[in-house]
Amino acid sequence: MSILIDEKTRVVVQGITGGEGTFHTQKMVEYGTKVVAGMTPGKGGTTHLGIPVFNTVAEARLKAGANAAAIFVPPFFAADAIMEAAEAGIEVIVCITEGIPTFDMIKAKAFLRGKTCALIGPNTPGVISPGKCKIGIMPGPIHAPGRIGIISRSGTLTYEAVDQVTKLGFGQSTAIGIGGDPIVGMKYIDLLKLFKMDKDTEAVIMIGEIGGTAEEEAAAYIKKEFDKPVIGFIAGQTAPPGRRMGHAGAIISGGKGTAKEKMEALDAAGVHVAKSPAEIGLKVKDALKK
Amino acid sequence: MKIHEYQAKQILEKYGVQIPKGEVAETAEKAAEIARKIGPKVVLKAQIHAGGRGKGGGIKLANGAEDAKKLAKDMIGMKLITHQTGPEGKIVKRLLVEEALEIARELYIGIVIDRAREAVVIMASTEGGVEIEKVAAEKPELIFKEYINPASGFAGFQARKLAFQLGLAGETHKQAVKFIAALYRAFEGTDASLAEINPLLVTKQGSVLALDAKMNFDDNALARHPEILAMRDLDEEEPLEVEASKFNLNYIKLDGNVGCMVNGAGLAMATMDIIKYSGGMPANFLDVGGGVSEEAVTNAFKILVSDKDVKAALINIFGGIVRCDLVAGGIVKAAKEIGLKVPMVVRLKGTNMDAGKKILEESGLAFYAADTMKEAAEKVVPLAQQQVKRSGR
Repeated sequence: MSILIDEKTRVVVQGITGGEGTFHTQKMVEYGTKVVAGMTPGKGGTTHLGIPVFNTVAEARLKAGANAAAIFVPPFFAADAIMEAAEAGIEVIVCITEGIPTFDMIKAKAFLRGKTCALIGPNTPGVISPGKCKIGIMPGPIHAPGRIGIISRSGTLTYEAVDQVTKLGFGQSTAIGIGGDPIVGMKYIDLLKLFKMDKDTEAVIMIGEIGGTAEEEAAAYIKKEFDKPVIGFIAGQTAPPGRRMGHAGAIISGGKGTAKEKMEALDAAGVHVAKSPAEIGLKVKDALKK
Repeated sequence: MKIHEYQAKQILEKYGVQIPKGEVAETAEKAAEIARKIGPKVVLKAQIHAGGRGKGGGIKLANGAEDAKKLAKDMIGMKLITHQTGPEGKIVKRLLVEEALEIARELYIGIVIDRAREAVVIMASTEGGVEIEKVAAEKPELIFKEYINPASGFAGFQARKLAFQLGLAGETHKQAVKFIAALYRAFEGTDASLAEINPLLVTKQGSVLALDAKMNFDDNALARHPEILAMRDLDEEEPLEVEASKFNLNYIKLDGNVGCMVNGAGLAMATMDIIKYSGGMPANFLDVGGGVSEEAVTNAFKILVSDKDVKAALINIFGGIVRCDLVAGGIVKAAKEIGLKVPMVVRLKGTNMDAGKKILEESGLAFYAADTMKEAAEKVVPLAQQQVKRSGR
């Protein structure tokens, strides 16, 4: 099994006619994802890559039966795109766009309150349930269907972990990038709850980084309620304070949000913490032996 | 993005935040002229981005125009070292010359975004003039908070409540309420990430003013605020970082000697970590990003090796969208242009990795190949150490 997305997921791509949208729609289709609609305002009624394009997400849902969205629109319009998808009743919204102003995201998240949709991202490589569906920009071939869930704030570092897991023969149930921004949709805890209920996920890898307190919150939840093995890694052990390390959300401010604090919190919650990024796969092996 | 105190005060004044009378001086004569206008007693404040200026001798009280001139002469051009500048300090280019006010109380007001609550929070404290982190650690009960509802926005009662919690009454309370409301408008109107008034001054006459002002801005929103983008002071930034920002590269200079170039912020941080884990220290953070071009790789590589502290370089690429052959092409081009002087370890993984390796091998460049991150780090650290020994530093 898997969480969030599977072979039944029907995707609308918002911003399908743009450069990024076009390229990654092709890659998603090649992977086997059911991309049933595109959405670009003003281009409704046309087709792109053989996929029907609609003016609104609501139409894409109604006429093409889309229940998930992939967002590839420019940063200043992306929060709006998230709200449109949520209003249209889309169940899983994956926002790939990097560089959305924080204030826009605060408003979008307020808009989402009380709605049942799951927002992944922004600033994420996306979500993949290997062999079933990929919504995002991650390279398909490094993944393999399997029993490890992955939740990460990073992109390429997630690929690194995926690769290690695949090579050891475990594979992934679902791998999710929650996004590198200060304000994102689903966080570790939301996804851990889904993995808890997924019978086919045996263990979860949690990849965090400096900044914020999401990892500490997850650690408290794991200690109290999560009964599957968790393997953790925190990037930025050598990051200087007060500097933004690439991701908008990766910053140690006022001495808070350090890798050390996060690693200690995870360790205290019984998480198998890998000190080196090269050890993530091996830690999974160890955790499953116990 | 960070700006100077005088720039923050210019912005705040536009939004109706009460600030002391003052002007900027780039020469001692100008400082004297301002003192004549608003003095006789004035405060000279060195304009650098770092905090802790007072202790480092960057804030001085002058009595009269002549005194202001004399002090300004010493301050302009001085190297100011504070706990935030590092030992190399910052050269002072301008002073903010302000009226000296009679202080009754020093309070604190700060506005930031609370990531966990996903809302803007206004913080106020009776303990102004000291670092708020210190207050938060020692006397958290003296910090009062109001969260702004994202849907309805800032509400007047929130400012009234904070001003009462600060122990203000009468006309001073009214002024503080106006002050907080204006500060919030400035924060929202400029897409700020921080607006901090520390100290917030209550004068003996009962007026409320921003004695100091610090504003930082959301880099993601700068494109819709050209007037703020124009306030960027490149002299306050590391030259290599300025160069990198021209090519949209995320580069941060660090203290070690192993240079690294990686695609993706998380993997770049993890690469720094594994360098340390293997006994070395990273010389920089460099994320070439997701959709990188060959030209960007060439520029990134040049910036990386132009840092004189770099004794060995580690290239770690996990190609997904980025193709390894393109990265290899960019490295070869850059290395040939500038002549590679330090040993280099390359780890290429993912899309087109074999084509990438072939390009490197056929280029005639001297490099060490690695298959995993661990192997790459364990190769590069001793190479950097050998270079240090060889060059005797």
